[in-house]
Amino acid sequence: MSAPATSLSHRLQAALADALLAAYVAFALFCLTLGFKTVDSVGGLTLKARPLLLAVAVGGVFVGRLLLNLFWWNGAWKLPRLPWRPTWPIPAVGRYGADHGALLLVIAAVLFPILTYTAEKTFHVGLPLRYLFDLSILVLTYVMLGFGLNVVVGLAGLLDLGYVAFYAVGAYTFALLAAHFGFGFWMCLPLAGLLAALWGVILGFPVLRLRGDYLAIVTLAFGEIVRIVLLNWTRVTNGPNGISGIPKPTFFGLPFSPNGPETFASFFGLRYDPLHAIIFLYYVILGLALITSLVTLRLRRLPIGRAWEAMREDEIACRSLGINTTVAKLTAFATGAMFGGIAGSFFATRQGFISPESFTFMESAIILAIVVLGGMGSQIGVALAAIVMIGGFELLRNMQWLKVVFGPDFDPSLYRMLLFGVAMVGIMLWRPRGIIASRVPSIMLHERRAVSGRLVKEGHA
Amino acid sequence: MAYFLQQLVNGIALGSIYGLIAIGYTMVYGIIGMINFAHGDIFMVAAFIALIAFLLIMSLGLTLIPLALVLVLIIAMLLTAMWGWTVERIAYRPLRESFRLAPLITAIGMSIVLQNFIQVAQGARVKPLQPVITGGYQIFNEGGFAVNLSNIQILIVVTTVALMGVFWLIITRTALGRAQRACEQDRLMAALSGVNVDRTISLTFVMGAALAAVAGLLYLLYYGVIDFFIGFVAGIKAFTAAVFGGIGSLPGAMLGGLVIGLIETFWSAYFTIEYKDVAAFSMLAIVLIFFPTGLLGRPEIEKV
Repeated sequence: MSAPATSLSHRLQAALADALLAAYVAFALFCLTLGFKTVDSVGGLTLKARPLLLAVAVGGVFVGRLLLNLFWWNGAWKLPRLPWRPTWPIPAVGRYGADHGALLLVIAAVLFPILTYTAEKTFHVGLPLRYLFDLSILVLTYVMLGFGLNVVVGLAGLLDLGYVAFYAVGAYTFALLAAHFGFGFWMCLPLAGLLAALWGVILGFPVLRLRGDYLAIVTLAFGEIVRIVLLNWTRVTNGPNGISGIPKPTFFGLPFSPNGPETFASFFGLRYDPLHAIIFLYYVILGLALITSLVTLRLRRLPIGRAWEAMREDEIACRSLGINTTVAKLTAFATGAMFGGIAGSFFATRQGFISPESFTFMESAIILAIVVLGGMGSQIGVALAAIVMIGGFELLRNMQWLKVVFGPDFDPSLYRMLLFGVAMVGIMLWRPRGIIASRVPSIMLHERRAVSGRLVKEGHA
Repeated sequence: MAYFLQQLVNGIALGSIYGLIAIGYTMVYGIIGMINFAHGDIFMVAAFIALIAFLLIMSLGLTLIPLALVLVLIIAMLLTAMWGWTVERIAYRPLRESFRLAPLITAIGMSIVLQNFIQVAQGARVKPLQPVITGGYQIFNEGGFAVNLSNIQILIVVTTVALMGVFWLIITRTALGRAQRACEQDRLMAALSGVNVDRTISLTFVMGAALAAVAGLLYLLYYGVIDFFIGFVAGIKAFTAAVFGGIGSLPGAMLGGLVIGLIETFWSAYFTIEYKDVAAFSMLAIVLIFFPTGLLGRPEIEKV
């Protein structure tokens, strides 16, 4: 019986040593950045020591690392499987369930506003409908952007870090056309898409010869250029003050307003409810996102979609086989940009106000993160990632109760972005191929079946 | 002419800082082929560490400025190197064998984490520091317009040149440098030949972060004001510089840094300051059209 005992103490010793090392590292990292706070005072900055906070942080790292060592990484000494360990059902569903899962998700998305609205109106349970719908619209906007970017990154394998530029082009197209020429939303929607596609081609031309990360930095630069121009070209874009008073969409010409000759409410004999307009917006963006998804799925079967995927896997082989990679790259940029532009135009009409602040690099990064975290081949994965990242991010807004734990000075909203970053890193480490890691190839010999994401360079199979 | 010379001096000083950060990007890219998006934020953390270390040393009663600065430099380099090492260990090493975009996403995530960590820990306000190194020389006077070369600018350029020399020697002359170049060419083969690949990559991050720490300290001394957001802009510029010079090439990074610094300064001086970033980025795009792998980058030889 002595062998397990020694190995036990040995293991404990190793775990303690490792945790101690981690604590040393944590101390080195935090000793100045957390241990002291710079405070503005009369004669310039002064320091305020925070030894307690430092001790808590270092102690936290020590205990956390020790527990991880003992119970998580150590196979032999594992506790009975922890109940909160995520057992994710989706990858197992793979081959068969993915389609049905998608169908269920779509049905749920279609029914969601109707059900919640009727439930609220019938039972008066006090659901925060307005907030719920706004949040869902936000999530769906990101779903659509994710689908659009997926064409460029997932299908064609072109890393685009400036996707938000097309979003901005779409938003400003609609805002300016509406402000100067009184164009309506539905007329501007295709125009915004076309214009954004044009910009996609304009960006595409200079980067045709670039590969990989050179391409990434130029797209990033392009996104920044668009933002800086929007910020400084005050005569046209009104600079940092942005454009406000952007009109809302109409329902086949019927406006959603409380009064007027013919409104949505009066036409259908309903009592005016401001929620109608929001539910309508919800369906508009749901429709747009579904169209984007369908178009992407169909494009994968067209010659051009095949060319994109071939180009992603091996550009030289692709060229040797006679595929025109110039056309393939430009169309990929244009298609992705078009969806971005349409989403931007929707964003403008929903917000009613746009300014360059909404189109920073961080937006591009978030959209890219949604695409990659979702598992780039999977439409449903992108949708799930958008729900988790954007929805979860929103939920953190309501963490006022933490003030009870950490005292009244605690501001949870400060920690939102921090947690967002941690989640991004965490999900990627946990599932490097994205939430949905299996792929259904676009083309197969005998039967359709899912393959591991490892078999493809990136994105779809 | 005098105005031109003055801008040249300013541009070289700014470009040196960009160059120091760019080396961190270029070394990491060279060895593992990923864009270390968090590097700009490592630079920002370094500036904060330097600020706090400086204030701490001052409050301990050490008033001899050069000694204090040397101490701050050492502390900042050590602690920032630790940050660089930790970021690599947590966010990049587990994804070493994963596909190209996975470490890119964790890098962006780490960048968000570092930015917001500093914002939470130190507050969102800008942190001013009284000028530490003052004075300078008037090198030229033309019709009342004096061209000044301040001591801090001299310090920046001298430090940069010295560090470039040291790092050049490390990479070309030492066993570590040889290991790094081996990993750059073929990681598997290097491992088979007895190079500890993980350790080499870690040390690359440590070296990059240490250089970022120097850049952070110089930035703090030069501009006298920092906030939690400086890492983003400086990072993008430095990365642009690295690509400009040909990513993976050490002299290229320095050259790119200088070019970007000069473009920015001259554009601000002669045209509009608002569009200086547009000028730098457009220049990048134009250069890449004619040199798709940057000014000094080796063309990629592709095998099918």
